[in-house]
Amino acid sequence: MANNNTLISVQDLKVYFRTGHECARAVDGISFEVRKEETVCLVGESGCGKTVSALSILGLIPTPPGEIAGGRILFQGKNLLELDEEDMQKIRGNRIAMVFQEPLTSLNPVFTIEDQIGEAICIHKNIGAVELRDRCIKLLKDVGIPSPVQRLKDYPHQLSGGQRQRVMIAMALACDPDLIIADEPTTALDVTVQAQILQLLKSIQKTRSMSVLYITHDLGVVANIADRVYVMYSGIVTEQGNTAQIFHDARHPYTQGLLASLPSRSKRGKRLYSIPGTVPNPAYKPAGCPFHPRCPHAIPICGKEYPKMCDYSQAHLARCPVLFKNKKPGPKDYALVIPRGDLLC
Amino acid sequence: MNIAEKGFNEDFQFETPLVPKRTRLQEFWLVFKQNRLAILGLFIFILFFCCAIMGLFMTSGPDPLFDPAMIRLQEKLRPPLAKPNLDSLRHEEIPCLGFYLMGTDDLGRDVFARMLQGAWVSLTVGFVAVGISVLIGIFMGGIAGYFGQHHIRVDHVLVTFLLISGAGLVMAHSIRFGAALLCLTLAYIFYSFFTQNRSGEKSVPSWAKVFRKNAVSVDTMIMRIVDIMLCFPSFFLILTVVALLPASIYNIMIVIGLTSWMGTTRFVRAEFLSLREQDFVAAVKTLGAGNFRIIFRHMMPNAIAPVLVSATIGIATAILTEAGLSFLGFGVPPPHATWGNILSDGKNFIFDAPWLTFIPGIAILIVVLSFNLFGEGLRDVLNPKLRERH
Repeated sequence: MANNNTLISVQDLKVYFRTGHECARAVDGISFEVRKEETVCLVGESGCGKTVSALSILGLIPTPPGEIAGGRILFQGKNLLELDEEDMQKIRGNRIAMVFQEPLTSLNPVFTIEDQIGEAICIHKNIGAVELRDRCIKLLKDVGIPSPVQRLKDYPHQLSGGQRQRVMIAMALACDPDLIIADEPTTALDVTVQAQILQLLKSIQKTRSMSVLYITHDLGVVANIADRVYVMYSGIVTEQGNTAQIFHDARHPYTQGLLASLPSRSKRGKRLYSIPGTVPNPAYKPAGCPFHPRCPHAIPICGKEYPKMCDYSQAHLARCPVLFKNKKPGPKDYALVIPRGDLLC
Repeated sequence: MNIAEKGFNEDFQFETPLVPKRTRLQEFWLVFKQNRLAILGLFIFILFFCCAIMGLFMTSGPDPLFDPAMIRLQEKLRPPLAKPNLDSLRHEEIPCLGFYLMGTDDLGRDVFARMLQGAWVSLTVGFVAVGISVLIGIFMGGIAGYFGQHHIRVDHVLVTFLLISGAGLVMAHSIRFGAALLCLTLAYIFYSFFTQNRSGEKSVPSWAKVFRKNAVSVDTMIMRIVDIMLCFPSFFLILTVVALLPASIYNIMIVIGLTSWMGTTRFVRAEFLSLREQDFVAAVKTLGAGNFRIIFRHMMPNAIAPVLVSATIGIATAILTEAGLSFLGFGVPPPHATWGNILSDGKNFIFDAPWLTFIPGIAILIVVLSFNLFGEGLRDVLNPKLRERH
């Protein structure tokens, strides 16, 4: 699974939150990997464990109540879960950086942006004041803030939301990390700014050859930037594959439902599809497949057996054995059948 | 160069119109200016500050301009603005203004000189005592707010108790027993330190697990200490402590500081509880900042506003407390003048020489009032939610 190209690979990660007698299984055995210079999206609705898995990569799950119940997070061959706090601090910001959802509250209101970007550098690197200032200006230029020299002395409240998010990205870029985790960075921004920020992330990723783990619930954004997609539901990965596979050839009923509920031009005037029911409470998940109470294809066995990952082809996996058995064969099966037929003829 | 070339020039950037630049201080001043009483408070505060510093220079040294200790028995209880009787005074005994601005006391000492000397005492007592209390308060409140959910284990409590009792025994001259206790405790600390580093959680025997249990959370412990401290009638606590300690101005500052940090602790803890959950703290954590940096560099500046306000009002309280102590005779030792002991000396002559009580009394009133007004203005400025919209 882990080859040389893998930057970070999360294997069977379980994060539980214990409150009183309840145990909320926020992340219940997810595995994913991010390769070098790749953009990977984690998609899912609120509360499905996207942010928790991102935070556990950085070792920022508050314990207690949180608890990492199992799994490994291999980053460049090291298991991050076994590192102590000091070593984690060397990785945070330096090798893995994070961009948050709310640019309005993620910047400290009492410091100028020069202080804040400068600090992001200072924590990990020991450089002089003049050089520090130059690097701040260069970072601000890189993230496309106009007249960066004048902006250095500004406080966060003097910037617009989009500019603040750019500053946050500049802070994340400060130490040239290998991986940027972007936790819904465009959710709080309006659509035009969102497009700009996405464009910025794309170009930065190309020029600096970093990997991006992009967490979002917005399928439009996913289609725009992702190389590969992991669809999450209730703490597990339900489907994974590259962007084309997920959008044109969805194999899991949840992914299909998500795509069907997107508004599109062909559905104009019609009622939008919505998946019936609600997300299960993470403390009281249904037995078997967590999606089966809402699933149109559910059969009795779904409520008993935990579904296995079914391999469709070319790393396109979906956690639904029912559809795998019943439906038409996936592309991989074609690939297997057609050459044989050719040979026979 | 034509326009097209200019457009492709990399250095060229469109300038967006900038927001008018105002620093935070300028913005604060704009709001502060609208509060007339606070301006008055600030003005008196600055005046008092200047008086105290000038007073320090004019009343100390080998040949002071105003000598607060100069005794002229023939000139006792002269009213304010009285001219000295030049015939009965030697040359160096004549006050430098040419008259007694605030009269003289029962030993013929110049009250103006004594007030100047006392102003410096009041100022230092106010600032040093509040400084001590704010430092303790920020430290305790910061720990309670940030590390509040951490637990202290049973063995921590035991070790602390043993260390204190060992040190106590050594100080109480039963050195052999105390030293043995201290050595044992230190040995246990080293032992637990090494076992912890080898992460040998499995090898702990079952009886020792009692020591590893969580005894009390940090937050509970610190806040209960605060509650206990608040239960003491602090003025009587100060009186007792001052009676036990040698009388000196430094002891008074320290004692006032040590008995008034609870308010600050509560403020800082409350602020920290809400700041801890803010996104920017999480953002700084993802940058790899350590706890120390997060607490003191990122959270403290955000929590400092209510502390500043309470400190300003605390200075006034400290000045009052010092004056009260001096009035009761537990304060600064006699030859040194403070407003409190001028007042207390004057109370015997309140009908013959009312200025001896009125002048220091009114000075205390004005200074304390100005600090309170200033503090209130500061609160309006620093807490935007309380600001009136104009």
